[in-house]
Amino acid sequence: MTPLKRNPPNRRFTCITYPEAGAMGLTGDWRIFRPVVDKEKCTGCQICWMYCPDTAITMDENNKPVFNLEYCKGCMICETNCPVKAISRVRETEAEAAVEK
Amino acid sequence: MVTIKELPRDEYIELGHAACAGCGATIAIRHALKALGGNTILTVPACCMSVIQGLFPKNALHLPVLNTAFETAGAAASGIAAGLKFMGKDKDINVMAWAGDGGTYDIGIQALSGAAERQTNFIYTCYNNESYGNTGQQRSGATPYGAFSTTTPIIGKQEHRKPMARIMAEHGIPYTASISAAYPRLVFETYSKAKDVVGTRFIEVHAMCPTGWRCATWDSVKFGKLAVETGVWIMWEKEGDEWRFLGLSKRIAEGKIKRKPLMDYLKPQGRFRTLIKDPERVKEFERGINREWEILKKRVGC
Amino acid sequence: MSKIVSVTGNHSASWAARTAIPAVIAAYPITPQTTIVEKIAEFVENGDLKSEYVRVESEHSAMAACIGASALGLRTFTATSSHGLALMHEMLHWAGRARLPVVMPVVNRSLGPPWNIWVDHSDSMAQRDTGWIQFYASNNQEVYDTVLMLFRLCEAPKVLLPGMVALDAYILSHTFTSIEVYDHEEITDFLPSYQAEHWKLDPKDPMATGNIAGPEYYYELSYAVHEGFEAARKMIPKVEADFKKHFGRFHGGFIDTYQCDDAEVIFIAMGTMGEEAQLAVEELRNEGIRAGSARLRVFRPFPAEQIQALANKAKAFVVVDRSLSYGHLGGAVTEIRSALYRGGQTIPVQGVIAGLGGRDVRYTDIKKLIHLGFDAADKGEVKPDIFYGLKR
Repeated sequence: MTPLKRNPPNRRFTCITYPEAGAMGLTGDWRIFRPVVDKEKCTGCQICWMYCPDTAITMDENNKPVFNLEYCKGCMICETNCPVKAISRVRETEAEAAVEK
Repeated sequence: MVTIKELPRDEYIELGHAACAGCGATIAIRHALKALGGNTILTVPACCMSVIQGLFPKNALHLPVLNTAFETAGAAASGIAAGLKFMGKDKDINVMAWAGDGGTYDIGIQALSGAAERQTNFIYTCYNNESYGNTGQQRSGATPYGAFSTTTPIIGKQEHRKPMARIMAEHGIPYTASISAAYPRLVFETYSKAKDVVGTRFIEVHAMCPTGWRCATWDSVKFGKLAVETGVWIMWEKEGDEWRFLGLSKRIAEGKIKRKPLMDYLKPQGRFRTLIKDPERVKEFERGINREWEILKKRVGC
Repeated sequence: MSKIVSVTGNHSASWAARTAIPAVIAAYPITPQTTIVEKIAEFVENGDLKSEYVRVESEHSAMAACIGASALGLRTFTATSSHGLALMHEMLHWAGRARLPVVMPVVNRSLGPPWNIWVDHSDSMAQRDTGWIQFYASNNQEVYDTVLMLFRLCEAPKVLLPGMVALDAYILSHTFTSIEVYDHEEITDFLPSYQAEHWKLDPKDPMATGNIAGPEYYYELSYAVHEGFEAARKMIPKVEADFKKHFGRFHGGFIDTYQCDDAEVIFIAMGTMGEEAQLAVEELRNEGIRAGSARLRVFRPFPAEQIQALANKAKAFVVVDRSLSYGHLGGAVTEIRSALYRGGQTIPVQGVIAGLGGRDVRYTDIKKLIHLGFDAADKGEVKPDIFYGLKR
């Protein structure tokens, strides 16, 4: 959902808040494990999308999951619930090292 | 049953909210709100959801939200419902109170019972993670027998939980359901059904809590399902005067599948570590579960 | 058309609700407030008042329901007393800090134990810091008028605070006098319908209120409530002047003064005792004694400047509190001394506790108390605060 456009609210006035991504910051920082999908194995069933508590999974044009790593907390529910084991659990430090290579 | 691909893509909960990793309650609200849609006003008493929304000046929910004091979800919703009725908008806008088990079973039961007795037109959700999760897993009226909590730290809880959904069903409200966040499609269907009912609707969602249950975040859904598969959590609904079992609980009740061994559920969860050492207490745990099954079977008439 | 009705103080409050037409009224009965909500129920059920009336299961829920309805941007009303107000305490803060202009008559009654249902200001004085505007009325017409003025004041965009009008149990709540009441159409020039400009629950423009704000914001949000009170301070005289223009009545503003211009000793009290004092002052004047009465009508925002102005002329104050902050003194005398200290004024202030739990304080008692003020003025010193009429 895109937030509505509105005039800048007078936030000093009262304790009102507006919907916006990152209300708790970039929660991807919390992650210890990173989900990595094997797009060959993935059947596009969307179970990972359904279970993601962080709405951090979207399906791409080929119906494969895309992880929003800025916000994915790495709970790995997607991994354990994948019926074809297409998602693997990679330690964040190793994943970053792999990316750097 | 709705297929996954039929679930709406609209998200009413934003990226970067403050729920713990693996939070069951957040899975539940995601799909509940998909069912209710954007024409919904939420009221949230003190509970995990008051934290999950994130920090001022942002908020993770794409809905109007009235955060309110711990014991007031039923009453605040009554005021919102009355106001909408005054404006003639009560048929267009859903009102939902989204409260935890502490705010429902314990401190909030008075306001909830009052709202139900007044036939207030709203949905009350109790997402039940079986302790005061927001404040660090203290014992609540929903904490299971024998479970560790930070206020039953050594012996574990010595009483059984309240049959909250059954208490609400006996208020004579038009719709009551007991479901689990481990089954998001059922969550969606339940809320889709509840949306069209007029009057007080009470939905209790068993909400996995890896933090409080002392289990791995990736096992969150697994334990949610195990609770149902072992018969510890029973899924049912009461529509009008008709009681029926739902989902896997229905198949258990009909004898189509057997309940999995209780220990499958208890043993891996850190919160039951003390309980499982004492066979007598495990039996007592099971007695409580069986009693609830017997009562519900009588209600359903099977 | 306006008409004269013979009503109790409680029914005056009910009539004010009928005139203002709140969208939602949520209330729970408590002695001696009951007849307010009973009368409202009658108005609603016979169709005279088109409000949604929620018969909640506690005062705490009454205020929570008012908060829910007010958060939709609607006019809301409730009424309570004593233990009911104490139970509401948490939600009073919530209404104040969420800037929701709920209006509530409070019938001043003691707190137990022992059970006692008679007049005592302990209930509302204990809610001083909850972010509620507080008025204290002294007659039935004032109750009616103040409810209307409170709606106007509380709903003003710069104020947006809840407000209570306190009325003394039985002395006002159950005593009949004639008052003038109006139809809704006659007051809409003075009191237009409420338009919430700050925030409201609306799915078309979703916003939340009350989720977590850390130490970097909380202080500023508290100050914003304080600013609301300062705006109310500026606006109260305007509202009262406008009320007088429309309806011809004026109840004294922040402080209802009587014979204070040349008074040597000024007697200060709240509620009906403040009105009773006028009789005492009249008798003393007949005896050639220059006494005056200043009925403290607004307690929050506290009228410190007006108190200082009174002290410029007088030689001593006698301040009676119908409540007691155990371990210290009365609430009003403490604030008055504080205001004087801030103004660099040193006139003696004789503190008196009297009339607790419905103990009668007659004009003859007030005369005696005023004499204490003259003693203090003569000697330039004050006796310790007095527990007047205490039986030991």
